[in-house]
Amino acid sequence: MKIAGRPEPHESARDHVTGSALYTDDLCRRFPGLLHAWPVCAPHAYAAVKALDFSEALKQPGVVTVLTGADAPGEADSGSNRRDEPLFPTEVMFHGQPVAWVLGESLEAARRGAELARAEYGPLAPILTIEEAIEAGSFLSGPIKMSRGDVSVIERSALRFSGELFIGGQEHFYLETQCAIAWLDESGGIAIQSSTQHPTETQEVVARALGVSRNQVTVECLRMGGAFGGKEVQANAFAAIAALGAWKIRRPVRVRLTRALDMALTGKRHPFLARYHAGFREDGRIEGVAISLYSDGGWSLDLSEPVMSRALFHVDNAYLLRAVELKGYICRTHKTSQTAFRGFGGPQGMVVIEEILDQAARRLGLCPEIVRERNFYREGDTTHYGQMVKDAGRIETIWSRLKESSDFGARRAEIAASNAQTIHTKRGLAITPVKFGISFTATFFNQAEALVLIYRDGSVQVNHGGTEMGQGLYTKIRQIAAECLGVPLTSVRMMPARTDKLPNTSATAASAGTDLNGAAVLDACTLIKDRLTPVAAAILGCEAGKVCFCDGEVFQQGSELQAISFAKLCEHAYRQRVPLVAQGFYRTPGIHYNPATASGKPFHYFVYGAAVSEVEVDAFTGDFRLLRADILEDAGDSISPLIDRGQIEGGFVQGAGWLTIEELLWDSQGRLATAGASTYKVPSWCDVPEIFNVDFLERAADPDVIFGSKAVGEPPLMLAISVREAIRDAIAAFGSGGPVELQSPATPERIFFAIRRAREQQQVASAVTGVVHR
Amino acid sequence: MTAEPITNSIQFLLNGQPASIENAGTQTTLLDVLRDYGLTGAKEGCAEGECGACMVLDVAAREGGCRYQAINSCLMLAPMAGGREIYTVEALAENGELAEAQRAMAAAGGSQCGYCTPGFVVSLFAEQYRPERTGSCDPHALAGNLCRCTGYRPIGDAARSLGAPPPGYFRDRLSQPPQPLLNFNYQSDGQQFERPTTLARCLSIAAEDPQVRWIAGATDLGVESNLRFRRWPHLVSLEAVPDLREFSDTAEYVGIGGALPLTDIALQWQNAPGIFGQWLPLFASPPLRNSATLGGNLATASPIGDGAPMLLALDASVRLTSARAARTIPLTSFFTGYRHSVLEPGELIVAIEIPKPLPAYSRFYKVAKRRMDDISTVAAGFAADLDLNGRVTRARFAFGGVAATPLRIYAAEEAILGERWNKATIKRVQSALENALNPIGDHRGSAEYRREIANSLIEKFCWEYQEAAA
Repeated sequence: MKIAGRPEPHESARDHVTGSALYTDDLCRRFPGLLHAWPVCAPHAYAAVKALDFSEALKQPGVVTVLTGADAPGEADSGSNRRDEPLFPTEVMFHGQPVAWVLGESLEAARRGAELARAEYGPLAPILTIEEAIEAGSFLSGPIKMSRGDVSVIERSALRFSGELFIGGQEHFYLETQCAIAWLDESGGIAIQSSTQHPTETQEVVARALGVSRNQVTVECLRMGGAFGGKEVQANAFAAIAALGAWKIRRPVRVRLTRALDMALTGKRHPFLARYHAGFREDGRIEGVAISLYSDGGWSLDLSEPVMSRALFHVDNAYLLRAVELKGYICRTHKTSQTAFRGFGGPQGMVVIEEILDQAARRLGLCPEIVRERNFYREGDTTHYGQMVKDAGRIETIWSRLKESSDFGARRAEIAASNAQTIHTKRGLAITPVKFGISFTATFFNQAEALVLIYRDGSVQVNHGGTEMGQGLYTKIRQIAAECLGVPLTSVRMMPARTDKLPNTSATAASAGTDLNGAAVLDACTLIKDRLTPVAAAILGCEAGKVCFCDGEVFQQGSELQAISFAKLCEHAYRQRVPLVAQGFYRTPGIHYNPATASGKPFHYFVYGAAVSEVEVDAFTGDFRLLRADILEDAGDSISPLIDRGQIEGGFVQGAGWLTIEELLWDSQGRLATAGASTYKVPSWCDVPEIFNVDFLERAADPDVIFGSKAVGEPPLMLAISVREAIRDAIAAFGSGGPVELQSPATPERIFFAIRRAREQQQVASAVTGVVHR
Repeated sequence: MTAEPITNSIQFLLNGQPASIENAGTQTTLLDVLRDYGLTGAKEGCAEGECGACMVLDVAAREGGCRYQAINSCLMLAPMAGGREIYTVEALAENGELAEAQRAMAAAGGSQCGYCTPGFVVSLFAEQYRPERTGSCDPHALAGNLCRCTGYRPIGDAARSLGAPPPGYFRDRLSQPPQPLLNFNYQSDGQQFERPTTLARCLSIAAEDPQVRWIAGATDLGVESNLRFRRWPHLVSLEAVPDLREFSDTAEYVGIGGALPLTDIALQWQNAPGIFGQWLPLFASPPLRNSATLGGNLATASPIGDGAPMLLALDASVRLTSARAARTIPLTSFFTGYRHSVLEPGELIVAIEIPKPLPAYSRFYKVAKRRMDDISTVAAGFAADLDLNGRVTRARFAFGGVAATPLRIYAAEEAILGERWNKATIKRVQSALENALNPIGDHRGSAEYRREIANSLIEKFCWEYQEAAA
């Protein structure tokens, strides 16, 4: 059996289950004299820092020093796309923002020291909501615009309506909080172990803060205990603090956030406000939509621009929008700087169009799934930014197969009959599609390097720029390398990402980790294999074209019994002075995008999928249960089906959490009121659907991607929109038709009151036109 | 009895070997101790017993031997480990051979980022070796572990694939009881932790030092310590006091020791009323139940405190004692205000007493964002008895989360007494509630939602009662 395409447990599974897999903070004991850091957090959302006095803190036993702006030889600013994130701010921009860091012999000492720090602030009036920001004209960027056709068609549509939808954010809640350990290396440089998705950018931020060139800084990421985008840029500040501390005190320094600090200090999925105006034909086809999206960017720009762009790129989801006008504004508020999170704006954009379609369907008295399928892209269609929708036919294929395999039609009828009998509980059913574009929309990020080393005993080390955060990248790349070289998986050792192995790497993000790094590794492995082949041909006495590499053996095609071992071949090659190391490179071909005209081909391809969800809601409490979910996902020719299935199920459940129970709330002072595991609830055991069927689309190879596979990290998250729509469907069953207003997340409280409104509402006009206000 | 000599050393059995920890702070967690020791399989995910990444096995006594109970090492203070027998994930593979729980997790694809995995493995291991278990492992045993990646489906498959524990060290170990916990008097950096073995000694320590802070399962105190950085100079642990861990079921009442962990209550209370069985899994996850006590839950006097509405609906009393006096008071008089109770310094909850007969029908409701292992927005304990004509002869309506303290609402109970359930009487009960409720709005829910839910739960109770009767 081929190695690529085989269901394999995670490359580190054995280390995971025995507890021997090491994460950054597990290395503490390897650093004698390690110092621990605790931040001095400002108790205001917005304030001028007037004075800082650490005399009492420094008297505390075990307190070694306090890091301030004066300790930075370079520019202490972790801003990613704009220098707007001073590590030692003179103006506090969000509640809890660190203004200094105490270093202590123990975490307890550092924490005690931080409590004794005296700081004087001049509080200012903060902006805490999107509405307040709009009112005050407080924007970090925007509007980013995209459009096609003439949206005045809306005014001539049979059905037109306007609405507003608030979509809450999401805490990453990676189980491993932000962590970095920095120390001086053996030759005057600085080394950092960091839980980062982007070692190169961590290196860059550290070098800038220290005022040294990047070759003085080495960053390594062993693996992450989850990241989900939360460590794409936000790991950098904490690595920089550790580095500044180590630089100053000449001792190793550890910065590890507790859960409470992590939640209070780090950015989240952007909350969004959407205001839309839409026009539909009576048959449910979209005439035109005009949508303004407002994201809550928090205090600094971070990745908010590409997040907003991706939201605008995905407002179409799987639907052809002939006339569309989109504007995206990034609001500046005095909150944590919101950042990348699995889907990267795509989910918010897609929730908006699904909202509009459901609103239209219930106004028109049509089934939402009918309205959805009537608007699908067909082969030959282009998106609102001018990209051909490659394989658009898969939307329809997946849709009809999933409806069949999930028995959708019969269940619709059965649920309707059952709902007619029940008073206090109702069930709801929904099917929603996903189309998600793969590639970094910043085209230059779409490149990757690899370094493959083969030793004389035939063992292999694979280096690439990608980081492992649980998505199974290393498992897949190991399969790719083993497949290409024809060696067993056990011969291939995956090396952690290090900036001194490969420079200028891209973040492991945008679902593109395997596409990019896997292709670069394949390139390197192929180079070496091409060098080994003539050596083998000479030994075997056959043509180069007949040499086969398989399972650690090398033989002439058809003569498996006269094989030589891969190890022996490597020894021969070495003695013949053939290099057993190769650098590989990959750049995604054919992609381009012009932001000025908002057009181009930003994505290499699209991933498709669909999900059917069934829920039951309880009118007494607003509680709901996810009874069943059926998913059909286009993962191309999966390189690692066990890994991909994990990504699909995990993404779906995580997305369902975002849209239902995960609620971020800030108090009137701008303090995060849900800054802990006891107040912010991520899905637990009981939130997984009781019946959970996941299938891959068959015969779905994509010839333009490594081994015909497709990306799988982010797209499944948006399959969870079906859960939100199923809840809405169940709420609607308490009423007598008409639209159902449901802000996100659909918490039991929101469901409870939505049911009450549904029960109270009289039949609203079926296909009547007119503007409906929220 | 005199005080145990003071020591600065914590001795315990760690992965089958004697371990000795010197000078750890009294509020250092067992998790930090283990990680400093080089055992980094247990990890900190939340430091408040929610995520389970720090799970370890504690060997607990049972009839005829022991059981392995999963506990959150982030909530166990280091000196609480003194004299215990603890196993970490590193010890579960025997002679390089993975334990079945480990093999099943790996093979099912149950690990993604892997950070939560050791904790899941430990919980699953405890479940596989649970002496009372029959059939395959129950995934609900993993309710105290969070996987953010989120691989519950394969993890559940792994659990369901496991049957009886295989022969070997860990199965053999089950037939031997653990060493009993002994007197322990620990000091570090001027802070003291004492673990007496008699109630009298507890009370005399408290009489000498009114600053004493009792500690039982540390599931609440540990959170205060870790998250809010509260420090107490003198902790007195009730873990090893037999008088506080008794369970009795007589013709007149059920008596539950104030420091008896919930898991033990569940094992010992045969024929517990419906409300208890509903309350238990909603109250806390299995690892928390292994440590948490009813006495601790009531003593925090939380306005929600899930335990209180359940016990109020059962008309419970609390038996209190101090060096000066003993007294028994109804639970309805126990709470005096937001996080305040009648407990005086140095006073202890010895036991909770539930009078008989138990109600014929009782229900516990918990409304929260997440159904399991969340803090209630509103909690409710309801109980009722009906005569043969369907008239209510006894009713108790208790709530948490609708006022500054848990409440029993007598006016609502009186409104239904002698009546049959119907729309009109439900309305009467609801209007009686109205005046008693004084909810606040916070991140768990608005005041309006809490008020509506309280009313709605009365209807739900009545509805379900009728469904059950039919």
